[in-house]
Amino acid sequence: MKITDEMIDYIGILARLQLDESEKESAKNEMEKIINYMDVLNEVDTTGIEAMSHAFPVKNVFREDEVRPSVDRELITLNAPKKKDGCFQVPKTVE
Amino acid sequence: MDYITTMGLEVHTELSTKTKIFCNCSTEFGGEPNTHVCEVCSGMPGTLPVLNRQVVEYAIRVGIATNCEITQYNKFDRKNYFYPDLPKAYQVSQLYLPICRNGHIDIEVNGKKKAIRIHEIHMEEDAGKLIHDPWDDCTLVDYNRCGVPLLEIVSEPDFETGEEVIAYLTKLKAILQYTGVSDCKMEQGSLRADVNLSVRPVTTDELGTRTEMKNINSFKAIARAIEGERKRQIEVIEEGGRVVQETRRWDDNKGASFAMRSKENAQDYRYFPEPDLVPIEISDEWIARVKSEMPELPDAKKARYLADYGLPEYDVDIITGSKYLVEIFEQALAACNEPKEVSNWIMGEVLRLATETSTDVEDISFDFANLGKLILLVKKNVVNRPTAKEVFEKMFRENVEPEQYIKENGLEMVQDDNLVREVVVKVLADNPKSIAEWKEGNEKVTRFLMGQCMKQLKGKADPGTVNAVIAEELAKL
Ligand SMILES: [Zn+2]
Repeated sequence: MKITDEMIDYIGILARLQLDESEKESAKNEMEKIINYMDVLNEVDTTGIEAMSHAFPVKNVFREDEVRPSVDRELITLNAPKKKDGCFQVPKTVE
Repeated sequence: MDYITTMGLEVHTELSTKTKIFCNCSTEFGGEPNTHVCEVCSGMPGTLPVLNRQVVEYAIRVGIATNCEITQYNKFDRKNYFYPDLPKAYQVSQLYLPICRNGHIDIEVNGKKKAIRIHEIHMEEDAGKLIHDPWDDCTLVDYNRCGVPLLEIVSEPDFETGEEVIAYLTKLKAILQYTGVSDCKMEQGSLRADVNLSVRPVTTDELGTRTEMKNINSFKAIARAIEGERKRQIEVIEEGGRVVQETRRWDDNKGASFAMRSKENAQDYRYFPEPDLVPIEISDEWIARVKSEMPELPDAKKARYLADYGLPEYDVDIITGSKYLVEIFEQALAACNEPKEVSNWIMGEVLRLATETSTDVEDISFDFANLGKLILLVKKNVVNRPTAKEVFEKMFRENVEPEQYIKENGLEMVQDDNLVREVVVKVLADNPKSIAEWKEGNEKVTRFLMGQCMKQLKGKADPGTVNAVIAEELAKL
């Protein structure tokens, strides 16, 4: 499958990424390689095999509804490029 | 031209579990920003979510209470979108195999019964809160709410009027409260509704193009939003235009809706199965147990109150419409076995004082059994009604115990008929002018005399007795 300029622009909007022309070109190439790899997988004959989303037949893994301490706020926000009043600070987003 | 409005509702309700859906952080409302956050709910790389069993339990409960089929083989899916309220850049939700399907809720509007079909109910996680910071013109992000469990309850487009929508929401809210799965505090965002709305001329069966209004958070605002959007769409059509399918934001202060810019609004969520969570299999036994533990639901309670207590339907609708009023009713009833009296007190004084003190019904906190005790004290003529109302106000505001409070403040009714007669005789003697007027046929003066007697008796006599004694003494003149 060919990744077109329109596709790259659209994905850029969805992912909120601003790519310049050279970045777009390399993203196009890489994405095409990924998509084409799916073609390889598609060559495998899967008739009669049920689609699955997990590799192991595990089900019903639950956690009981018991509160445990959260992580210290200093630690949680440690990697934030910007913070203010205990919050992560990000560029203005539209409501 | 007349138009038919068609609406569907998506209701999000925050579940009242102690912890979030995929981690052990507290769901408590109102904490300092980012203090209920861990590696999992802040979306740190390398962490894995583990499902809270209680979320599934609650979802099954709501499904049964809304007559749904329970999906016994469940999976989660990822809904991808990039927005800072979602640190993982996807929301874990259910697209392909939602936990409940094909249910219905029965409503009644102006005596007309109608079943609103429920398309599906699915489990998902809430997003964080964005706060606009005007000082730095930026956005601050608080992830305390991120990962709080939600149920999204999606109706079929079965609504034609705003009244039907409000009736459905009222019933749904009562069901969610009765089953204990949510406190439904709209002002805290634990119940939010999105309305899909389209209009079409009566001459056609083909549905018009719909718009969606998101996150409207009070019943009144929903009613206004529906009316506003209906009018707007009709205007567009009558001016020869076309309604555009879009998401609109209802601004309740301005009384108008505004289109959200389409670029931010690109609805392409590229769902795919969530690989970090294993499937859930709900056994027949699990469903049977939840069914057997189901509390009495609003419709059944209403029917029982009407049949057993003979209360007016309007009063029963109000009381059974709120789990909290039901609690007051049932606890007070247990203490006095006087259903009509309890209902009258709730419809009168309880709701009056709640309004007067701006108290939400869920925050009314006096000892409800004391209302039953007070009703018995009135019945036994220990206090008269006006005094009982004063006592109740003290109970409502300060949670006093009525019997003790009446004793301590000497509010018992005067039971001594001789004392009453003494006072009446004295009042008649002191008011010769009124007696003269009465003799001329002015019946109104008896009311004045009554007031004077009650004043002397400090309001603590039985008005009926006082009235009777006045009549007797006047007859003697
Ligand atoms: Zn957490």
